[in-house]
Amino acid sequence: MAALLGPNGAGKTTALRALAGLLPLEAGRVVLDGRVLEDTARRIRVPVERRPVGMVFQDYLLFPHLSALENVAFGLRARGVRRGPARRTAHAWLERLGLPEVADAGPRTLSGGQQQRVALARALATDPRLLLLDEPLAALDVSIRAEVRRDLRRHLREFSGVNLLVTHDPLEAIALADRLIVIERGRIVQAGTPADVTARPRSPYVADLVGVNLLRGRAAGDGIQLGGGGHLEAVGAGTGEVFAVIPPRSVSLWRSRPDGSPRNVWRGRAAGLDLLGDRVRVRVDAGPQPTLVVEVTAAAVAELHLAEGSEVWVSVKATEVSVYPA
Amino acid sequence: MVRPPQPFNPVLVVLAAAAALFFILPLVGLVARAPWASALGILTDPQVQLALRLSLICSLASTALAAVLGVPLAWVLARLRFPGKNLLRGLTTLPMVLPPVVAGVALLLAFGRRGLVGAPIAGATGLALPFTTPGVIVAESFVAMPFLVITVEAGLRSMDVRFEEAARTLGARRWTVFRRITLPLIGPSLAAGAVLAWSRALGEFGATITFAGNFPGTTQTAPLAVYIDLESGRLPSAVVLSLLLVIVSLAVLVALRGRYLGD
Repeated sequence: MAALLGPNGAGKTTALRALAGLLPLEAGRVVLDGRVLEDTARRIRVPVERRPVGMVFQDYLLFPHLSALENVAFGLRARGVRRGPARRTAHAWLERLGLPEVADAGPRTLSGGQQQRVALARALATDPRLLLLDEPLAALDVSIRAEVRRDLRRHLREFSGVNLLVTHDPLEAIALADRLIVIERGRIVQAGTPADVTARPRSPYVADLVGVNLLRGRAAGDGIQLGGGGHLEAVGAGTGEVFAVIPPRSVSLWRSRPDGSPRNVWRGRAAGLDLLGDRVRVRVDAGPQPTLVVEVTAAAVAELHLAEGSEVWVSVKATEVSVYPA
Repeated sequence: MVRPPQPFNPVLVVLAAAAALFFILPLVGLVARAPWASALGILTDPQVQLALRLSLICSLASTALAAVLGVPLAWVLARLRFPGKNLLRGLTTLPMVLPPVVAGVALLLAFGRRGLVGAPIAGATGLALPFTTPGVIVAESFVAMPFLVITVEAGLRSMDVRFEEAARTLGARRWTVFRRITLPLIGPSLAAGAVLAWSRALGEFGATITFAGNFPGTTQTAPLAVYIDLESGRLPSAVVLSLLLVIVSLAVLVALRGRYLGD
């Protein structure tokens, strides 16, 4: 199960449509289980209806004029399965997804979660090798998302083919997928297990999702000359182009210049305060040094008399910076 | 939503009343002059029955022809992109605004015994459309089909084509998609278009009399019979037939009310 994760407009849905064959490739190849579905160089293009690909659309697109059962049976009927067997197989799928009671219901009478499961049954009933899910939870009410996500995860585990999920919701991606592919502006910027991707973000988008400060620069010894100006001390920074991640909780805030061991000490101005439960995220603009997001307790904010525009000092221990090659 | 009361404008109200009377009085005239006592006798008159049966057959046949040819045309206009599409749409909807008698003349010049297409066909097979029942069907289709085409095209445009994409990802070929997804989803538009086309065909007069003539039993439809009755002094018969056509038209209007009359 892989998840294609990216901001709105990154090209996630476009990629899904291309894999399904709904959108012709301008250049490139689509290979599934060793079978070439599309290859622009060799002018090969298997039409949508002959690809072993199932798709669950964002708003499910259940056929409004057919019952839930007929929706699920549609793919089998289209492939020439006779009415009786097609309906029996469709019924078995509805049962498997825990929906035998809605067989005769029209899609409009079903709840969002039920529609999603019917759409999943409809896609799986044709026995695809690749299952594409376009934002499968986006159309659902927030209150039922967690439950539907759990069910979806269970059903997808049973599916033997390749699963590809598209989402802009990192929680959904991490909960459902064991491999993340992050795309931005139509390009893959990072791929790997959720743990890898979140531990070593490679783009501001991913850093934002994870909630860490991501800096980029050129390392030499124990220091990094930052691309945006400024300098960062980091133990064992290595050499060459690197990313440096600073967790917001590893940054300390002071009203006056701190003494002691921290090597990175900058003076700046609190530019924004966001309350996050009992913690406060403070954005600190520090002149030539990079802007950092700092997370402190609400008590610390009070103690420091922090407000927007306050002059502050930030310090980061050189050992708290994690550095990896860019 | 509750709308605030409009300020009263006497001039507009008087003119509107005049307009309403303008529509109502002719109907009142028909009803007032109807020979109720002899109505049944007139409707069972063999000549009248012939005209009515011919009207029914020809209007239904031309509606069927309009559906078989008009739905594909609407699909092409709604879904394909090609140069000259707007021109094509204009030409196919022209009969809606064309004087029907002009349509009849044009049909004669194309499909008449000496027409552009009609002459070679007549030469090869000895068959010709004018002054035959199929000629009536052609004339009625010519003026009625555009109503179906524009209604169905609008239906196709407002339909979510992603349903068709979903069907294709499930393995449905083009024809299956059209038959099992597209057609059912545009069903209401198709029904409305067919009813409009049928009522237009039923009332068709000018193109029919010009192209197909006025032969009792073969080309004399009910509207033609009304006209001939009136011309030959059989007013009661003309009135009874007219009232029958009014009733049919009202029924069509009621059937379509949800679609075209707001509530």
